[in-house]
Order: sequence, then C-alpha cells, then structure tokens
Amino acid sequence: MTAALAVLYGVLAFMVIGAIIAVETRDLLSSVLCLGAVGFGLAMADLLLGAPDLALTQVVVEIFAVVLLIRTILIREDTTKEFIRDTPHVAFMGAVLMAILLGTYFCFQQMTAFGDPPMIMGLGYIREAASAGAMNLVTAVLLDFRAYDTLGEATVIFAAVLGCYALLRTSGRKQEQQ
Amino acid sequence: MKGMTLIVKTMTSLLFGCVLLFVFYVILTGHLTPGGGFSGGVICAAGMLLVILAFGADAVKERVGHRWAILWETLGAIGFLSVAVIGFIAGAFFAQFLTPSLQFKLSAAGSIPFSNLAIGLKVGAGLFGAFLMLAAFREGEKADRDSGEGDQ
Repeated sequence: MTAALAVLYGVLAFMVIGAIIAVETRDLLSSVLCLGAVGFGLAMADLLLGAPDLALTQVVVEIFAVVLLIRTILIREDTTKEFIRDTPHVAFMGAVLMAILLGTYFCFQQMTAFGDPPMIMGLGYIREAASAGAMNLVTAVLLDFRAYDTLGEATVIFAAVLGCYALLRTSGRKQEQQ
Repeated sequence: MKGMTLIVKTMTSLLFGCVLLFVFYVILTGHLTPGGGFSGGVICAAGMLLVILAFGADAVKERVGHRWAILWETLGAIGFLSVAVIGFIAGAFFAQFLTPSLQFKLSAAGSIPFSNLAIGLKVGAGLFGAFLMLAAFREGEKADRDSGEGDQ
C-alpha cells in the first residue's frame, strides 16, 4: 500500500511540474504537450486509486483534446506577447498563492480520512449494488441509482453539441460588412 | 485538406474496424467491466476523428454527413428517454423494468445495457458531429478568405 502511495505521489509531482511548465513556457505547442502530459498523469492517478472507468474516459478525452489543440495551433500564428513581471506583481501573486495554500490546508483538515466515503449514502450504494445486477458498481450507480444525474449529463452534452452546430454553421450566416 | 500520406491512410483503414469492435465491447459489457456508454461513445468519436484526420473531412462527409450525426444523436437521446419512460411499467420514471439476475452475464443487468447503448450512440454521434462541424468551419473560413483575396 505504501509503495502504491509513493507511486501516486510521484505521479502527482509529475503533474504539478507539467502544469507549471505548461503555464511558463513561451511556445504554445510545448504548452499543449505539457497539458497532455498532465492529463495522462491524471489517468495514471485514477488507475492507481482504483478507478479504471474514469481512467479510460480520461485517456480518450485527453487524446481528443490534445489532437484538437495541436490542429488549432498548427494553423494559427503565434501571437503571444512578452510578459514582464515587476516586484509588486510578484508580491501580489505570492500573497494570493499563500492565501490559497492556507485555505486548502484548513479545508483538508476538515475532510474525512483518505478512502472513507464522506456521506452515508456511499456505503448504502456499495451495499445495495448487487441488487441492480451490474457487477460494475460505477455503472450501477450511474444508470440505476442516479439515472437522473446521467439524464442531466446527457442533456448538457446535447446542448453543447447544439451550441456547436449553431455557432459553426456555414449556411444562413450574414456576411459581415467591411 | 486532402488527408495524410498513404501509410497513415492504410493504417487507419486497418485500425478503424478494431476501434469500432472495441467500442462495441466497451459499451455492451459496460455493466460488467470498466467502461460504459460515455467511454464507448468518446472512443467511437476518437476513431471517427482518426478517419477525419487521415482522409480529410470531405471524404468523410461524402459517406456520413451531418444528417447522419444528427439522426443518430437524436435516436440515442430518444432511446435513453424511452428506457426511462418504459420504467413506468415498473411504477416510476427510470425504474428497473426487467428483473436483474445476479450472474456475471451480458443479460444480467436488466435495463442498464439499453441505457448504455443509447448513451453511447448519443455521445459518439454528438462529438463526431461537433468535430466535423469544426473541420467544415475551418475550410469554409479559408475558402471565404481565398475568395476575398481573389476579389481584391
């Protein structure tokens, strides 16, 4: 168990380093690749924590996002500006970072121990999962106990795709007057 | 966007069937193994994305256009809702209307595989349609720019 936790902390450190490089690098393509590394690190963390459903979805969505972003970057010229940090700015950023770290520390003090469900309902799901007939507990929760949530999620995807179609349509657009 | 080289096209046409097979496996055994409707649908859309990148958006649009994407997405949404409405037979919205058995079988989970199939259809067709729309938009924009330059 401790070895698995050590690997997990290694993956988390890798993700933090990747995220910092993604923010700090000047090259957009390197930034996107570092973002992809963070996503795959998240998938590995999911696997280590015993959530293969989530890891599968995370890997595929990450591939999707990285391919889309790389395609977008390859046809756009780089328009980044040089960003100069002066002393007040650095001091302000440091103060904000310290406030976030302090707040996170006090929040984590209030949480239950790692692995304990914060609600009694979670234990109920685990106990009643066999009655749904699904051996995969996640599917049993998603499509039986909490099917309303899944319906809402499906509606959100439907609305997003509808918005995509409405924004990106080629017919029926008014030509801009120049 | 004419697509990529012959090597990429050949590998894509070999791999695409395997990707679709894996999609069906992930969706249909979603209640037994990790996976399910959403994962399967996203994998299906990623396979379609592979084909779009390898062969170009025009070649894909000749075979499966926006109408197919919209049709399948709507069918998936209606399917999921009808699974929910059929639950009224058992007494409530989304109630389990088949009797699940406690076996490690494909047909063990009652109505859950039908929901998985509908969600997989919906997500796969929806994301595929969105990406096809993005590709078409970029080409349309480029064509507009080219024609504008021609007018000048």
